[in-house]
Amino acid sequence: MDWVKILIDAGRAAVGVPAAAYALSAIGLNLQFGYTGLLNFGHVASMMVGAYGMAITVDRGGSMWLGVIVGILLALILGLILGIPTLRLRADYLAIVTIAAGEILRILVRSSWAEPVTNGILGIQAFADEFFDLNPIPVGLYGIGRFRFDERTVWVMILGWGLVAVVTLFMWKLTRSPWGRTIRAIREDEDAALSLGKNVFGYKLQSLMVGGAIGALAGMFLAIDQQNVTPDTYIPLLTFYAFTVVIIGGPGSLLGPITGSMIFWFLFEFLDGVMTGAVLNDWFFGWFEATDIGPIRFALFGVGLMWLMIYRPQGLFGSHEEMLIDAQ
Amino acid sequence: MPSSEAPLDDLARTPGVPKPDPILIVDNVQRTFGGLQAVNVQSLQIQRGTITSLIGPNGAGKTTLFNLLTGFDRPQHGDWHLNGGALVGIPSFRVARRGMVRTFQLTKSLARLTVLENMLVAAKDQVGESFWGGLFGRWRHIEAANEAKAMASLERFGLDHMASHYAGSLSGGQRKLLEMARALMVEPEVIMLDEPMAGVNPALTQTLLGHISALRDDGKTVVFIEHDMDVVQEISDWVVVLSQGTVIAEGPPAHIASNHDVIDAYLGLHHGEKP
Repeated sequence: MDWVKILIDAGRAAVGVPAAAYALSAIGLNLQFGYTGLLNFGHVASMMVGAYGMAITVDRGGSMWLGVIVGILLALILGLILGIPTLRLRADYLAIVTIAAGEILRILVRSSWAEPVTNGILGIQAFADEFFDLNPIPVGLYGIGRFRFDERTVWVMILGWGLVAVVTLFMWKLTRSPWGRTIRAIREDEDAALSLGKNVFGYKLQSLMVGGAIGALAGMFLAIDQQNVTPDTYIPLLTFYAFTVVIIGGPGSLLGPITGSMIFWFLFEFLDGVMTGAVLNDWFFGWFEATDIGPIRFALFGVGLMWLMIYRPQGLFGSHEEMLIDAQ
Repeated sequence: MPSSEAPLDDLARTPGVPKPDPILIVDNVQRTFGGLQAVNVQSLQIQRGTITSLIGPNGAGKTTLFNLLTGFDRPQHGDWHLNGGALVGIPSFRVARRGMVRTFQLTKSLARLTVLENMLVAAKDQVGESFWGGLFGRWRHIEAANEAKAMASLERFGLDHMASHYAGSLSGGQRKLLEMARALMVEPEVIMLDEPMAGVNPALTQTLLGHISALRDDGKTVVFIEHDMDVVQEISDWVVVLSQGTVIAEGPPAHIASNHDVIDAYLGLHHGEKP
């Protein structure tokens, strides 16, 4: 088994385009779930709305930059529409309603009724040429040895990690303000926050909308990289990936989504490489075949997530003191 | 030790008696859960600047009345005013802003906020608490002033050495103190304490009693739910007895202790036996 190759591939994944996209998506979810305590299981809906908002705008002859604004506005409106009826519900009901809303939206987008606008299951392609035309990086491979990326990937990575940096700065400012303290108070106990004169509903709505707008940025970024949006990309699994990333990094920590996403993608590629090698070398006595690798990888991930929830619910880098409080 | 002015001594000892200077006036507030009449208070007035105890057997509707008055629950019927302003239909967080703050029977410390953050959350008029204010507002000088105020209050409640610890690491008694100190950060005129002494050791009970008396001395109005008659006797200016949702008696503590209706309803003892 080529361990060096496996490690390099895993390292490439840890800093690659999907890692940046999931970091961005998880930052939005972290605001909702980690800081405010909102169990939003429909986060993928804001990613979809962002991506489609941009794609449709370009498809209709608008510029991509206008599309970005449309995507963000749509995500804010989605948060508002979803939040007004649901945020008065208890946490578990919110989870049910949001997961349903995400699915409803996806099925609506792929329906023949919406086809004139969304192009149905085929989706919309090639809407990000404006972005790639701006690429100043000369053709070539950049990096050391086998740890290399082509000029297109480097350009997308600059955008992705740049967005992550800017949004993290925004979150730093926001979560360290009295506003951020108030949403954490709401996460700890809504009734206590109400009794102290805080408009809990208003704060939760703001958190849902802003987190959704960040999710929309992540959705647009993924769509730009792939130059493609199709409805069946936006399945609930994406939301659960984002939750996994948030939980690995530690809910309610500023840099958690970034480290969480890098670890997530490193492990994802690493397990893939090891499993493939193991099957090729017949380490499993023929119990598994190459086609089983995908499902087994997911199963291992699930076990890992359970382990994390049991022994380190504050994430890999969360404080020990905070975990002890959780246990009380 | 009831207050020296004792403006309530001359009042009739009848349920619903009007007070000379009421801060809170309750009229015909009714709340039913299915067929159960949980609260049915015809008339109740709370005198400004006094300590009023709300007593009654389990299930008498004391906490439900608290919930109704502070906007945490809605009555089917009724009317109540704080300082002359109607509170019907006002959401709980606005009731708090208008100057009536409540605490909870089961202490609600914000566990993963530090003790100081618990205090700062409660502070009023922080422009940084709005979304745009938090991002771009000039809130740091307000924060500094609030912090000084919070630390002074924590010192008074003996929690200043815990300021940077998570509230979740406090003992049960310290949480009670924190909850009271935190409620005061809202600068309420009326403070409603739901069983502040429940599950607290005798030494801490005395400390809490001292703090409650001090609130009255600062000109605040205190309404609190309590089960321990000794505590009620020691600190109250006025006692209101609730049974099956209605006010069955009210009066100075000495009067209530000898009231046979109260003894029947609340203490469940035979006549003539000392509680």
